[in-house]
Amino acid sequence: MRKSHPLVYLTLLAGLALSAFPLYWLFVVATRSNDVVGDWPPPLLPGGNLGDNVSRLFAAEDAHFLLGMVNSAFASVTVTVAVVFFSSLAGFAFAKLRFRGRDGLLLVILGTMMIPVQMGIIPLYLIMVELGWQNRMEAIIVPSLVSAFGVFLMRQYAERAIPDELIEAAKVDGCSTFRIFWSVVLPALRPGAAVLGLFTFMGTWNEFLWPLAVLEADNPTVQFSLSQLSTTYYTDYTLMFAGALVATVPLLLVFIAFGRQIIGGIMEGAVKA
Amino acid sequence: MVTDLRPRTAEKTAPAPRPASKRPFLSQVDAKWSPYLFIAPFFVIFGIFGLFPLGYTAWVSLHDWDLGGAGAFVGLDNYTTLFGDPDFWNAVGNTLGMLVLATVPQLLLALVLASLLNQKLRGLTFLRMGVVLPIVTSVAAVGIVFSQIFDRDAGMANGLLGLFDIAPVDWRADKWSSWTAISTMVNWRWTGYNALIYLAAMQAIPRELYEAATVDGASKVRQFRSITVPMIRPAVIFTVIMSTIAGTQLFTEPLIFGQGGFAISGGSLRQFQTLSMYMFEKAFRDFDYGYGSAVAWMIFLLITLLGVVNFLITRKGR
Repeated sequence: MRKSHPLVYLTLLAGLALSAFPLYWLFVVATRSNDVVGDWPPPLLPGGNLGDNVSRLFAAEDAHFLLGMVNSAFASVTVTVAVVFFSSLAGFAFAKLRFRGRDGLLLVILGTMMIPVQMGIIPLYLIMVELGWQNRMEAIIVPSLVSAFGVFLMRQYAERAIPDELIEAAKVDGCSTFRIFWSVVLPALRPGAAVLGLFTFMGTWNEFLWPLAVLEADNPTVQFSLSQLSTTYYTDYTLMFAGALVATVPLLLVFIAFGRQIIGGIMEGAVKA
Repeated sequence: MVTDLRPRTAEKTAPAPRPASKRPFLSQVDAKWSPYLFIAPFFVIFGIFGLFPLGYTAWVSLHDWDLGGAGAFVGLDNYTTLFGDPDFWNAVGNTLGMLVLATVPQLLLALVLASLLNQKLRGLTFLRMGVVLPIVTSVAAVGIVFSQIFDRDAGMANGLLGLFDIAPVDWRADKWSSWTAISTMVNWRWTGYNALIYLAAMQAIPRELYEAATVDGASKVRQFRSITVPMIRPAVIFTVIMSTIAGTQLFTEPLIFGQGGFAISGGSLRQFQTLSMYMFEKAFRDFDYGYGSAVAWMIFLLITLLGVVNFLITRKGR
């Protein structure tokens, strides 16, 4: 490897500052009061109003922010567990089991991965009307329980991570196929499942267009609440920023805990934008 | 992405099938049907809530379809109207404009960032964490933060311009200014992510290539152009495709940027209304599901078209 110049460090640090600044600014404004936010030069240090802003946030009537947080947390956890489980199950079948039509079905999955799901939201909405799921969390959760991308990812991972001998040995011991999956395959898939789980969680938490279409303001997800804030309270910056900050905290916690896996996932090209 | 579809190891090492009669009945059923059972949840749920709506969009787009349900079959009327609809073409222009402004700088910056990171550096993990921090920020929060930064009266962007004696800009008022503000959000959020993808590809390039080039007297810049860029081509193509697909569907950032009553129309004069916003406006504000579905198909067509263009360009560059 080449030795690096101090200039490289300087450029990188500048890039890092640019990358972190909006997040820092989010924190600063959330802790300030409205009368100083627009000042020039801008206030660059945190103030003492965070508690006040957050309590105003949870009291803001048409935003239903607390409900939005609870709804999003519930949806994100449920969807993550389901996607990881179903993707591992199907990925294992595609990678390690032999059955008629396997390659054709895998091609179907590959083909659908590139199709933008936004395309189908109008009929999806009509389906929800039929099912009576408008403004209910089922509408957010159920369609997201499986993911073509997840199946593909876990298939690739299973192919590499699980030796056939392991499965054969379990078969000889008389294990059923599901038993093999549960006791042998699933533990071996854990690192791949972690990456898939992290990104599914983040993706569900950030879902915006579909909740906006199918939910109402009185039963929102967290991103929906934020957009309510930005339409109703758009002059009240400290309130909006407090909301944006609280909505980002769960993702930051995930990042602090699993940052390395997230970066590993991106670098393996494993992750959909 | 690895796209090897061949069923490699599974076939080679599978044992010779034992005579069927010696296997217990249940075990035969298990071996035969378990695979289908394992993939069934995916295909059932995806079929109902993914694939079916996609096809059904086409059917809805051929009807007068509103809150009252399916109306008359109108053939291609929705499409004919759409092609004469200035608001539609405005949305196409906005979407393409912001696609360019948000994708080109993003990928170029990512390339520079990645080549800087691809060196012996202290604190590499820290640096990597830093550059992907933006994608961890919740997406509506990004919209809120940048909306304030680009506010006409209270925003930092105008404050900075003021340092250079440039008059404050009303960022929401014009196409160029609103596109700039919105593209800045997208660029900020995704540059680090793409840089990591490039970095991974760069780390896979054999060191000997650079050593040989150095011996031959090639400059750093020359090495970057003649070795690095060609070697990371697949990664570049991957990121171009991904960001094109995402950019064509741009929705959250401009919507939050819009604030107030004109949010879904992308400003009072539709300065920054994207195609996705137009589809949403037609279907979920005007309840014109047929027309909205026609817009959805046009988004799909545009993505396909851009995909073909990408393909032709990258093939030509070979």
